[in-house]
Amino acid sequence: MDWMTLSPEEWTAVQLSLRVAIVATLVSLPFGIAIAMMLARGRFWGHSVLNGLVLMPLILPPVVTGYILLILFGRRGPIGAFLADHFGIVLSFRWTGAALACGVMGFPLMVRAIRLSVEAVDTRLEEAAGTLGANRTWVFLTVTLPLIVPGIIAGMILCFAKAMGEFGATITFVSNIPGETQTLPSAIYTFTQVPGGDVGAFRLTLVSIAIAMLALLASELMARFANRRLDIE
Amino acid sequence: MTLAINIRHRLGSFLLDAQFETGSGLIALFGRSGSGKTSVINIIAGLVPPERGRITIDGTVLLDTERGVFVQRHRRRIGYVFQEGRLFPHLTVRQNLLYGRWFAPRAKRGDDLERVVDLLGVGTLLERRPGRLSGGEKQRVAIGRALLADPRLLLMDEPLASLDEARKAEILPYVERLRDQSKVPIVYVSHSIAEVARLATTVVLLSEGKVAAVGPTSEVMQRLDLFPLTGRAEAGAVIEATVERHDETFGLTELASRAGRWRLPRIDAPVGARLRLRVRARDVMLAKSAPADLSALNVLPGIVADIGPHDGPIVEIRVDCSGEALIARLTRYSVERLGLASGTPVFALVKSVALDRRSLSGPLQTAFGPNPEAGDA
Repeated sequence: MDWMTLSPEEWTAVQLSLRVAIVATLVSLPFGIAIAMMLARGRFWGHSVLNGLVLMPLILPPVVTGYILLILFGRRGPIGAFLADHFGIVLSFRWTGAALACGVMGFPLMVRAIRLSVEAVDTRLEEAAGTLGANRTWVFLTVTLPLIVPGIIAGMILCFAKAMGEFGATITFVSNIPGETQTLPSAIYTFTQVPGGDVGAFRLTLVSIAIAMLALLASELMARFANRRLDIE
Repeated sequence: MTLAINIRHRLGSFLLDAQFETGSGLIALFGRSGSGKTSVINIIAGLVPPERGRITIDGTVLLDTERGVFVQRHRRRIGYVFQEGRLFPHLTVRQNLLYGRWFAPRAKRGDDLERVVDLLGVGTLLERRPGRLSGGEKQRVAIGRALLADPRLLLMDEPLASLDEARKAEILPYVERLRDQSKVPIVYVSHSIAEVARLATTVVLLSEGKVAAVGPTSEVMQRLDLFPLTGRAEAGAVIEATVERHDETFGLTELASRAGRWRLPRIDAPVGARLRLRVRARDVMLAKSAPADLSALNVLPGIVADIGPHDGPIVEIRVDCSGEALIARLTRYSVERLGLASGTPVFALVKSVALDRRSLSGPLQTAFGPNPEAGDA
């Protein structure tokens, strides 16, 4: 058996994993920034509740999170039925469902990283921008957002990495359907369950390591670029 | 320009209750730390909403709590130079300077970049980022940034407080140029009497959240009853003078003022230049008769106009020298020995060397202050 060439099924799993992780990260990003801003700056009733809700997937067993998603977003679930009836969007047992599960699992990590960088922003700079004529939207776009770019990058990388490795919630919510919901971890798991699957599992493990390494290198480069722009002393 | 302020604001146990009205030029908000100066300008800028109050500039209402008017900070068009600069670290100096211009109404964009860059001597810094600038450079960029937003009023909150003496001397001439060349009125917060005496057109003296005095600088500076508030050690009179001639043989400069002729070590200002001379009370002696064989070169005849409170060992005396006031600080012993009283004719003696460059200011200060074009040496 060839050690280095991926079979078509394995290649599909790799592509699917990348697609799921990228979509999960990009779709979470605007929500992640908004929630991080609210948690860092907002003083409102229910602040702690929101914080708890966001962090919940980090603490709950992933299988529980997946099961909750199944209840809420399944074909008969309250949100799933609504989406299917009104928009024709079906998440259960689809790759989009895998992206939702990965996004939910990566969300707390993303929010945490962005929130820390928002809290590090000197609000006096925003005050200064206000006296120079910028309204709140412009202050956010021209001062706050550029200053939290390193945090946003860190949050995206964490979310992406979590999404690439997500297993429990995904397999519970959307199962393990080759070509549709079988991501890298599910594929590796499947290989380990069948006799003679070691070689396939090993190949996919190498692929996982390579992707993780590349993601880390990319984040390092982007962080260095962002820091140079900020000219941190 | 008329700036009218009437505000009342409570911060914990501190009550700010200030009313004043001032005209153009540089208005110094002067007082000890904790007298409420910064609160006043934060309220003017719209950073802090006061409990009650009304603020108008040339009739435009910025705040009127009774009628529920509160103009948002970004609509006030009030420039603010913060104590710590607050430059945007992710933008270059040029982008920092142009930041406010972007939001200013197009038709009202007055000052252009070149003029401001020239005025503040920041031409060589434009492509750099704030992180690498010295304290003095940062403050100059901060001033330029506020100016280019085309403000109707410029607020400066102790812009020199975080700088050392050399950097202060570097910035002061720029503030003077700003006062004399730009049409934007300035409200300048300071607790340094030297800065106020040098820069201010009008002084608003704050004490414990209340306005203790408002008036032209020389008038407020010569009021003996305010000395406990203005700070005794550095107190003194402010005198307007004109350069009359330079004595090259001995390296002296002669100034003419209403009080009389002054001689001091040679300064680098052209004949005819108008200067402001600060004569500290502790550098002035009084004599009842014209002294002979004296080393002090400045002997000015006058009449004792007012004697300050004399319960301690030290007494301040205001001497009227042909309409110009000089303040002298003497011991109570000397006052009683000489029998000084209101109306006593006296001679005020000031050593020339007591009048150094730091006691002088004026439009041509740049000529003998550190050269602003040289930047940070």
